[in-house]
Amino acid sequence: MRRIISVLLENESGALSRVIGLFAQRGYNIETLTVAPTDDETLSRLTLTTLATDEQIEQITKQLNKLIEVVKLVDLTEGEHVERELMLIKLKASGAQRAEVKRTSDIFRGQIVDVSNNTYTIQLTGTTDKLDAFIRAIAESTVLEVVRTGVSGLSRGEKVLTL
Amino acid sequence: MLSGADILIRSLQEENVDHVFGYPGGAVLHIYDAIFKQNRIQHVLVRHEQAATHMADGYARATGRPGCVLVTSGPGATNAITGIATAYMDSIPMVVISGQVQSHLIGTDSFQETDMVGISRPIVKHSFMIKSAQDIPEAVKKAFYIATSGRPGPVVIDIPKDTTNPTDLVPYEYPDELVMRSYSPAIKGHTGQIKKAVSMMMEAERPMIYTGGGVIQGNSSDDLTKLTQMLGFPITNTLMGLGAYPGTDKQFLGMLGMHGTLEANNAMHHCDLLLAIGARFDDRITNTVSKFCPYAQIIHVDVDPASISKNVVADVPIVGPVDWVLHEMIGLVKDALPERSEKQNSMLAEWWEQIEGWRAQGCLEVVNDSDGEIIKPQQVIQSLYRHTGGEAIVTSDVGQHQMFAALYYPFDKPRKWINSGGLGTMGFGLPSAMGVQIAYPEEQVVCVTGEGSIQMNIQELSTCAQYGLPIKIINLNNRALGMVKQWQDMQYEGRHSHSYMESLPDFTSLVEAYGHVGMKASSVDELDDVMKEALTLKDKLVFVDVMVDPEEHVYPMLIAPNGSLRDMWLKKGVRT
Ligand SMILES: Cc1ncc(C[n+]2csc(CCOP(=O)(O)OP(=O)(O)O)c2C)c(N)n1
Ligand SMILES: [Mg+2]
Repeated sequence: MRRIISVLLENESGALSRVIGLFAQRGYNIETLTVAPTDDETLSRLTLTTLATDEQIEQITKQLNKLIEVVKLVDLTEGEHVERELMLIKLKASGAQRAEVKRTSDIFRGQIVDVSNNTYTIQLTGTTDKLDAFIRAIAESTVLEVVRTGVSGLSRGEKVLTL
Repeated sequence: MLSGADILIRSLQEENVDHVFGYPGGAVLHIYDAIFKQNRIQHVLVRHEQAATHMADGYARATGRPGCVLVTSGPGATNAITGIATAYMDSIPMVVISGQVQSHLIGTDSFQETDMVGISRPIVKHSFMIKSAQDIPEAVKKAFYIATSGRPGPVVIDIPKDTTNPTDLVPYEYPDELVMRSYSPAIKGHTGQIKKAVSMMMEAERPMIYTGGGVIQGNSSDDLTKLTQMLGFPITNTLMGLGAYPGTDKQFLGMLGMHGTLEANNAMHHCDLLLAIGARFDDRITNTVSKFCPYAQIIHVDVDPASISKNVVADVPIVGPVDWVLHEMIGLVKDALPERSEKQNSMLAEWWEQIEGWRAQGCLEVVNDSDGEIIKPQQVIQSLYRHTGGEAIVTSDVGQHQMFAALYYPFDKPRKWINSGGLGTMGFGLPSAMGVQIAYPEEQVVCVTGEGSIQMNIQELSTCAQYGLPIKIINLNNRALGMVKQWQDMQYEGRHSHSYMESLPDFTSLVEAYGHVGMKASSVDELDDVMKEALTLKDKLVFVDVMVDPEEHVYPMLIAPNGSLRDMWLKKGVRT
């Protein structure tokens, strides 16, 4: 099952490599990973998605918690949550194709953030599924480049992950 | 105002470090100069950095205090890796200080540069990279705290040379207290869970206690013994846990697992309640996990939550320091015992009858039908036991000799049996014995080794000469990498691919060249005399080269793959 683990990490050099090293060392998989400092600059927030069984996820969270620099973590998929991913996608778009691509982009609430004679660069946010669906929807066009941030997310409601 | 090098030494003094095991080199020269100018910390100069880590490790296992290592950058640091991994696998508190090239050279492939923090990352509990001299006191304080608290383990402090520069002076103050928001090891267990566990103990019909290195690391042997004796339950210890419960007591069934006794492994298999304490259910214990303890409900006590339900799911997990949990359990058991039902008492008696039946099979009986010509390795350990009165601190290397020592030298007290269980590091025996002897100059320290393992750190005989360490080395010389050969006998139709030791040195003259005493025993008739004589030479290092039967196998041995704990080879060709 796909899980989203959200981690508060000491914002120190080397901390990230320990998290990633742990996954490599213990044979856990990482699907996506995103990390940046939070409003408190001594802390980073790291979000990763992984495919794991319930037993595996228990081990993963326990092993993560053992890392000295991990302050706190939550498995967002355990409860209701909001998740978003951002994608920038550069497509070949010329002639009649241009209108078609724009229409599809509008349907997905994409924004065209860069234009050239033969290309559109579209920015899209949403769940992973939505971004995947967009890529399927423009299957006719030639995709030149795709960059995705990976998932980040928060629990819904009052629940927060803080110190 | 002090230099970074002086700050480091002062900080180590604050942590009550009395010995540092190390080896100098370019990146740590400032630190060595600071060591030279003081006399509170004694530096022990090894002959190979791996040995320094094993010495610190042996020191830590014997005393419970963290071992401390100092090595230079590059090859010094990489040589230390095996010893760090050894300590990591067995959760031994250790602080390793490695020199690093100057900060401005890091990342430039400069002379003797290796990424020590990176290389050691998977085998340390934590590591620190020093950025400036001012960072040193806090890093040292944290390192010792992390190494020794919770589930202990090795911590690396990597120190670039410029931060120890003798001409850069900075203010020094050692922190009184530590605030670490991201590290808070469990300090007590869940009382509800403990109550539940105790009520299960009162109802069990075929209970079994299984404990590991955690009880020794957690200094809980007395409480474990007390609880076990109050309950009257059978108990087994892992290879790492030997000595946590008196090995000569009748409730003790011997070691379990790969080379465990028939009675211990069978009792594990058939029990209906398993109380696991400070043990981690590793693959040398469980055999096929799906067939492990098929009838048992499992209570698992460990300070490390990640150890619980990792390999085997616990019905009652209890996260907490072993001493705290045992103490609670003792209190509850005291109240509950008088109410234990007649029925349960008689079930327990029946269970013991069954166990005594297994014990009566005498799985460790030694048969020597060679008319005294050939020495069986087990007889060497038995002789050692007799002549040390079971009182020695015994370290071992890795192989058959290790298992013979574990099986034939019962330990009545904790921290008397010192070996590399998790990593299984050949070359551990001699240097760890040296660490023990340095910690306890008056104790009888014995290293049981094999002619293969001893050669992995034999250069340390020179260090022993320098520091006058009167260790007794008992070499079970079977002219083979015996444990490898045993597997080849059993699983590869006796094809001994590279498991013979050819061109062995004459060990007695070798040790004499180092200035020690060498002795040799080749037949059963001489064994006891040689052993006795060796052990009476109190002030000398004596190397006893014992020619043992090269054909001997270690039994019992679990049958893999697909076997359970009751599936064992009992001797050649004989199985359960
Ligand atoms: C550093 C290292 N290399 C290889 C091994 C694999 N190994 C395990 S036991 C063994 C043989 C040990 O031979 P010896 O020390 O003579 O002991 P014996 O089994 O003969 O008693 C080997 C090679 C190991 N445990 N450690
Ligand atoms: Mg051998």
